[in-house]
Amino acid sequence: MSSEYTNAGTVGDRSYGQPQQQSATMHYLCAECGVKVGINKGEPIRCKECGHRILYKQRTRRMVQFEAR
Amino acid sequence: MPSAKSSNRRNIVGVNAETVTNVTSNDFPGHWPGEDHSWNVSKFRETLRIQFFRNDRFHAEFDIVHVDASIANAFRRIMMAEVHSFAIEQCYFLNNTSVIQDEVLAHRLGLVPIVGNHRTMRNMKWHRRGNDPKTGQPYQPTVYDTLILHLQATCERIPNAPKGETDPDKLYRNHTVYARDLEWRPANEAQKEMFGSEPVRAGNPDIVIAKLRPGQELIVTSHAVKGLGKDHAKFSPVATAMYRLLPQITIKETITGKAAERLQKCFSKGVIEIVDGEAKVVNPRNDMVSREVLRHEEFKGKVELGRVRDHFIFSVESAGQWDSDEIFLEAVGILQAKCERLKRHTQRMLQLEAEKADRETKPEAMEED
Repeated sequence: MSSEYTNAGTVGDRSYGQPQQQSATMHYLCAECGVKVGINKGEPIRCKECGHRILYKQRTRRMVQFEAR
Repeated sequence: MPSAKSSNRRNIVGVNAETVTNVTSNDFPGHWPGEDHSWNVSKFRETLRIQFFRNDRFHAEFDIVHVDASIANAFRRIMMAEVHSFAIEQCYFLNNTSVIQDEVLAHRLGLVPIVGNHRTMRNMKWHRRGNDPKTGQPYQPTVYDTLILHLQATCERIPNAPKGETDPDKLYRNHTVYARDLEWRPANEAQKEMFGSEPVRAGNPDIVIAKLRPGQELIVTSHAVKGLGKDHAKFSPVATAMYRLLPQITIKETITGKAAERLQKCFSKGVIEIVDGEAKVVNPRNDMVSREVLRHEEFKGKVELGRVRDHFIFSVESAGQWDSDEIFLEAVGILQAKCERLKRHTQRMLQLEAEKADRETKPEAMEED
């Protein structure tokens, strides 16, 4: 896959793969209220807004390739 | 077209209440004693008839008369599987937060017919699969074989929507992604110029690709390439390509009055007309051969159904890339090319065999000396 050809990463007005904070903070999505929750190592898995204990992992920021078949 | 009165019943397939008779063709040498059925070009030229009944851009209906079923079927199969067209082959997802999964969405995108300047698309090259033996790397897409289509949509809430509103049109913006949202991104100016006033776009702008809700986003870049229906149905240039045999309806006893009206109702519209109180078959082409007449006691033995075995009524619907009649013409060309290839190979084979036989006989001849 030639990245030059597809302009992967710069397609659209948004930039993907923006540098994330180098700290151990991981961002998850709350299953209840949908807010983005940053969680550090050792912290309880809990939404900071509503206290819900189910969090979803975010979708990858990388480009994903599929065959249209 | 053989008339209903025609005594030649050989090419009629009998359609009875529960059986179909006389199905196989019998116009080959040696079947009918004392008759010459050997194939002959001038005879074929005389008898073959092709007539167009409808020739719209996306729907053609035509008859091919006096060909064998194998030839008619070959045309149908070539139209579906061996006439090229463009379809999306690779999808590069930058974001997809909609409910529809990446792979399912990629498959849906593949099925969207891609249209544009037909001449240019015909002249575009076939993309190459596999690895380049020189570099060991996969073949790179080029301007001459790949079209880039970009799809980007974000759904938003419309501010100040009335409370209790349930209509998504009033609540959200961009809640449905259509095929018209596929945006062509010419790889360079040359490619853009090749297409001129007919840019690359989806064949039908109203195809729903995905549905979104506020906060969901879709960013997909995709590559469309040329392909054949035998590789994947998405490359098939036809929506439907089918044929049926011309129906034949024979009224053996005159049917009049109320019975004639009842008879008329047994067939599709326009098939039976009542002329001076008597039922007459006017347009058997329109009939779908439902066999409804054969269910009624009052018409028993009075009406006979059949189909003309060598009269093919084709119906070709284009998916948008080609004009429907052009698909048929292309199919004829492809069959012709196949025949020529077979002929060439056969001649080569015979030549090689003759040479081999020559070599084998020569030493013997020398021994005799």
